[in-house]
Amino acid sequence: MKRILVGIKRVVDYNVRIRVKPDGSGVITEGVKMSVNPFDEIALEEALRIKERGAAEEVIVATVGPADCQTQLRTALAMGADRALHVTADGIIEPLIAARALLKLIEREQPMLVILGKQAIDDDNGQTGQVLAALWNRPQATYASRLEISGDTARVTREVDAGLETLEVDLPAVITTDLRLNEPRYVKLPDIMKAKKKPLETLPLTSLGVEPQQQLKLVRFEPPPQRQKGIKVKDAAELVDALRKKGLL
Amino acid sequence: MSANILIVAEHDGARLNLSTAKCVTCARALSGANISVLVCAADAGAVAAQAAQLPGVSRVITLENPANRHALAAVLAPQIVALAGPFTHLLGPSTTFGKDLMARVAGLLGAPQVSDIMAIDSATRFRRPIYAGNAILTVESSGEGKLVGTVRTASFEAAAGAGSAPIEKLSVDVPLPTHTRFVSVSAAKSERPDLQTAARVISGGRALGSAEGFKLLYSLADKLGAAVGASRAAVDAGYAPNEMQVGQTGKIIAPELYMAVGISGAIQHLTGIKDARTIVAINKDGEAPIFEVADIGLVGDLFQIIPEIERLIG
Repeated sequence: MKRILVGIKRVVDYNVRIRVKPDGSGVITEGVKMSVNPFDEIALEEALRIKERGAAEEVIVATVGPADCQTQLRTALAMGADRALHVTADGIIEPLIAARALLKLIEREQPMLVILGKQAIDDDNGQTGQVLAALWNRPQATYASRLEISGDTARVTREVDAGLETLEVDLPAVITTDLRLNEPRYVKLPDIMKAKKKPLETLPLTSLGVEPQQQLKLVRFEPPPQRQKGIKVKDAAELVDALRKKGLL
Repeated sequence: MSANILIVAEHDGARLNLSTAKCVTCARALSGANISVLVCAADAGAVAAQAAQLPGVSRVITLENPANRHALAAVLAPQIVALAGPFTHLLGPSTTFGKDLMARVAGLLGAPQVSDIMAIDSATRFRRPIYAGNAILTVESSGEGKLVGTVRTASFEAAAGAGSAPIEKLSVDVPLPTHTRFVSVSAAKSERPDLQTAARVISGGRALGSAEGFKLLYSLADKLGAAVGASRAAVDAGYAPNEMQVGQTGKIIAPELYMAVGISGAIQHLTGIKDARTIVAINKDGEAPIFEVADIGLVGDLFQIIPEIERLIG
């Protein structure tokens, strides 16, 4: 069966104003809205569209994390994924561990394509897709803004600093999504009901043979330095004067 | 044990990208560090010569191979890993080139990566922004094994000076994959300065209204010798190409002067400009969040203000 595996991460919702805990041990997540990482929603949307075009038969979503993550897997099922795999683990999951876990799922499910978000908006690491492609010894096409599948290859347009780069990769491959790949669909209420009946399998991380080691210690969280409040000018002439005084013109 | 650092150079085959000089500055923050720069290219000569001039670099290594003509992470990573042996730290810039490549290197090595290094406190202690720059995290590695890092270029000045490091031509014997093939790159040709390194940047938002509207900014930018950027909203709307996007998912820049024109100032945009020396905001909505970070704010109609500024500076 032609399958697509999509990685999902539970993160603090992008609309939440982030506050660092006074003791510097983390950011405040108690009572804060959690969501599917926006780049992962784009990944899932792309997988669903590929399936709807008939180029794949099944879309599987997977996450690595604590029990709470099931909420986001259910959201993904409501969006249209066929089934979900929850690799359960507590504590910090570094990209290498997430990638090792995903590789185990790949070995089991044999997907033609793995689509992940280019980064999670909490730790902003931006590593898991590339690390997974390295461990799997398969192509990677990061920052995708366009994806076309034809037979055993994919043509991927990537948003890079120079402009738009196009790569051709043999499948299976790992794709990571950029913002302009698509606009994810909204979940409808009947789909939320239906999603409750879809299969969601739980697999403890250690049962996959992956040890949850943490290589980087998180020493301290701090709020960023604030910029000083500026001045207002009333017109273009005052602006030009102010810039001249600062030696900027 | 002192740090032995390998910096993977970013280049276009002819010119060394300034991001490499910024990585060197980052690496030099570790006193006593031995710094090597690696140039992977089809023909490394010109780029290696430029890298050799960076101060503080003790040697430049070249890996020449026709397969290195385009920077494909899947092709470069195994070559980098093949010569990683003696190095304690492998660094690349936190640009799309470096972010794509270095994490693949980290994966092959099974090593941890510190992304977006904004400060090096010691050989094992680094600071980096998380949550789109809304928090700064200090991380510590064990000091055992290798550490991979990407350097947040906006946090470091480009190293400049007249070094004269020796250039060493190496070759590695590793199988290179053919499963990933370069097809094309479409980049708009521009006579304007490079957005990532320009001293002055003028960016436009959705309020410009059209690609036509951006011509106002191009005209002023040319008078000022400035680069032109755009907000995500303006790029999404098709007013400007993606390589002009400034912000968390676009370019993170640190110019002397940043002018935000018709940009409301979404958090993800502010993340990209926090390190600008002076921020000017021009917006018709006086309540726009961009004014929270602006050093100089002007509330008004950009379609009148921009041509007037251009006239005033003659």
